[in-house]
This record gives sequence, C-alpha cells and structure tokens, in this order.
Amino acid sequence: MAEWFVAKSSDLKDGDRRIVTAGKREIGVFHKGGSFYAYSNTCLHQGGPACEGMMINNVVDVIDKDHLYQGQTYGDEMHFVCPWHGYEYDLKTGECIGDRKLKLRKFEIVKRGEDIYVVA
Amino acid sequence: MDMPRNDVRPVELEIFATPKHLEHASEQARARNYQDFLIVDVDSHHYENEHYAEVFQYIESPVIRAEAMEGAGRRTGMLNSQVGYQNTGGRIHRQKFRGKEKAKPGRQHSDITLTLDWMDAMGVDYCCMFPTPMLFLGLHPQIEVEAAMCDAYNAWLCERILAHEPRIVSMLYLPFNDPEAAYKTVKKFGDKKGVVGFMVTSPRYRPVHDNAYMKTYALLEEMGKPISFHAAYSWDDRALQMTNRFISVHALGFMWFNMIHMTNWVINGLPVRFPKLKVMWIESGLTWASSLMQRLDHSFMMRTSDAPLLKEKPSHYMQQMFYSTQPMEIPDDKSVMQATFKMINAKSQLVWSSDYPHWDFDLPSTIYDLPFLDETSKRNILGANAARLFGLDSKPVKRIP
Repeated sequence: MAEWFVAKSSDLKDGDRRIVTAGKREIGVFHKGGSFYAYSNTCLHQGGPACEGMMINNVVDVIDKDHLYQGQTYGDEMHFVCPWHGYEYDLKTGECIGDRKLKLRKFEIVKRGEDIYVVA
Repeated sequence: MDMPRNDVRPVELEIFATPKHLEHASEQARARNYQDFLIVDVDSHHYENEHYAEVFQYIESPVIRAEAMEGAGRRTGMLNSQVGYQNTGGRIHRQKFRGKEKAKPGRQHSDITLTLDWMDAMGVDYCCMFPTPMLFLGLHPQIEVEAAMCDAYNAWLCERILAHEPRIVSMLYLPFNDPEAAYKTVKKFGDKKGVVGFMVTSPRYRPVHDNAYMKTYALLEEMGKPISFHAAYSWDDRALQMTNRFISVHALGFMWFNMIHMTNWVINGLPVRFPKLKVMWIESGLTWASSLMQRLDHSFMMRTSDAPLLKEKPSHYMQQMFYSTQPMEIPDDKSVMQATFKMINAKSQLVWSSDYPHWDFDLPSTIYDLPFLDETSKRNILGANAARLFGLDSKPVKRIP
C-alpha cells in the first residue's frame, strides 16, 4: 500500500473531484458535503470511467398514503453516474443503485496537513 | 508508507474527445490482444442529421428537395422524429457533448474521421454504419418521402463515405413502405463499393410476407446480399402507448417489431421460398429469439396447417439466421445465457455489434469475457462470422492507441 497525492485541500473545493492514477489503478476522489470519498474509476458494468460522469440526486416516485402516484422528485441521496451507460453509484457507499450487492472498491483518504492522499 | 509521484487530473465533463472517452476501452483492447484478430461491428451509427445540408442535395425530386431544405433546422420539417429521452437526463454525457467534438483536420469527411477514432479506440477493424434519426423513417406518413430520403441518403453514403474508407461498410436503407422503390434500391446500389447488404428499419406497418416483396428477396438471394431488420421503438404504436417510461418502450419496442417480422417471415415460409437468402436481426438483444423459437415451435406442433410450407419446426429456420449481439442481456445466472447461445447456434450465427455511439453500446469484451466460450468461438462471434457474411478480408487493420 502507498499514499498517492490527490490535492491540497484548498484546491479540492466542496463539489470538486479528481482522478488519481495510482500505479495501474485509476481512483476517483470526491469532496462533497464536507466529506471525502474515493472509489475505483472502473465501472462494474463494462469498465467505463465510473467516477467521471454526472453527479445527481436520486430520483423518487412520490406515492401518497392511498398508494397513488403523485409524480417524481429528487431525493437526498447523491449519485455519481458512469458516463458510458448510466450505471449509478451511491456516493457515500459506492453501491451500484441497480443492484446494491455490487460495490465499487473503496479507498481510504488521509489528510496530512494541507495535503490529501488516497491509500492504495 | 511510500509517497510515489502520480498523475492527478480534474474531471471536465464538457471537454469531449472520443479517444479520451474510450480510453478504458483501449486498455481492454490492449489487454485482450485484439490486435491479433479481426473484429467486425455489424451495427454502429452516425448522426446523418448533422449532414442533412449535404444529404438533401441528393434528393431527386426538386419539390421534395426544396421542402426538405426549407424545413431543415426549423420547428417542423419534412422528416418525422420520435419522443424519447435517450440520453437519460444528461447522464450519458457523450450524447450531450459529442456534437462539440471537432474531427482531426484532413481531407476525409468528418464522419469518417470520427468513426475511425472510436473504432480504433475499441479495437474494431470494420464497422457497418447505419443512420440514427432515419431509423424512424418507416413511420413517415408520406411513402414518397421515405423513398426520396432513402435514395438521397444511400447515394450520399456511397459517394461521400463508403467510396473513400474501406473500413466502413453498410447495409443500405430499404424504403420498405414502397416495394417497387425497395427493389429499385437493390438494383441501383447493390454493386456499389462497401454495400454489404440491405436493411429494413423494423418500426413500420408493412408485413414482410406481402407478395410485393418477393422479387426483392429473390434479387437479394441471387446477389448473395443479406437482408437485415434493424430494431427500434415507436411510442406511437397502439400497444406501446400504454407504457409511461422510456425504459419500458425501449425494452419492449426493440423486440416488438422484430418479433412480428420474424413470426411473419417464418410462418409464411420465406426461409423455404428463399433458402439461400441470408437474414439478420439487429439490435433486439438475444433473449427474444430463443423465447420466440420455443413459442412458435410449441404452437406449430398443434397448428401445422397454419404454416404448411415449413418442413421443420420454426426454430430450425431461425437457427440459420444471423443475430447481432447488442444490447446483449447478461443475466446473473450465466447458464441461462449459455442456453440462449446454444439455441441460436451462436458459434456460427451470432455477430458482435456495438451500436456505438448510442447510449446502450456494447464493447467487444461483452463477448470476449464470457466464461463459457472458447477462443475460437469468441473470435468467430467478434469478427469471423461477419467477415464471411459480408465478404471482408480477415486480416486485422485496426490501430489501437
């Protein structure tokens, strides 16, 4: 295992991300909602750049107390989307939304002073 | 802990370049040694609407040409379209930003340059190019517009693309709603460079067993050129109108029309009437075929008088047809998939397709990584079967970056 430099914390603002080449691996590092997350940048579907697509909240079907459909809205769960085919992943867990048994490999983030590293 | 030097880059969604977008595909191509064998993509696309100004110039009728030119880029125009949010609300950002990509400068048409870029990135030697918006042209209310547009597009494609790039071939669009025009299309373009067959867009309401088509099938059989049926959906179809999400109309629609055409094709004995005519079914995935084989075989045993031309069960004839892979269903239980492959006689009848750049494209690894295929079967499906069907050279010519 080694620590791979990601960014100075002042350069990785909330909402930003970086793609880190760590040896033969690519890792996506996200800064969102005050937390850092790091996942393999290889989609579990066909190997696309999973961490390099759109970030979007989950979509929710609104069903009222009488089981009636009342339209759609966005929920509170943040997803990132593989740009190749649209596989979505939960930012907090790396779980694939379509089948939560599938998870992107997660990596540890460490901060040393102003510097942010990913451990891989 | 070591602290090695490493590359770090930002994510810039709006900067789109095909080689960068498909960098992981190129890694797969190198890791799997695609340079050592032939890969043929039997179904890929370009966006012909980006070149309507050129294509419309080829419309023979001066009146339709003028109408088409006048309507181009306006709120309404000469050509029909479909409701369909194919880019999943912007999640497939290739669809959103690819239009900004500039082809490398050179003498070739930009569609040749951009197509070769993605082919090399994936490890593809030859691709069969199809249009995109024209997949819905079979639903146009004016038969003469389908025929005119088809003729213009085919002429443009032959003259501007196929004549200049041997790695791009096509099965040309057949104006199927006008049987006489379909026949003339085969006559006119059948011997042009890069024309490896003819394609019927499946969403339409003309039955394939109509007597009016028999001379076209006979001509294709005589020329040794395959006929293919390229699937698409139609949210205007009465049954599909009941679906309320794109996932539904897409999943069903891409099987629906081909299931109808296949049923009519087999039950009316067209494989018996044209035993040497090669038939291909495109972009319906695979499970529809194995399902329909069982369904038709079951009914046939009780109702042979409804299909008296058949000397064998329907599945016998269906196993002699060709199937493109994409969008290939990959179930958790691979034994189900293996059974499907066996039923459609995949080793000789399955031909890989990407459907790139559309939103649900497949890479060659969808076939290459299957655990139940041996190396020979993988190479047959990825290229050798199509090379035999289209008469292509089997020597790899790609340049994987």
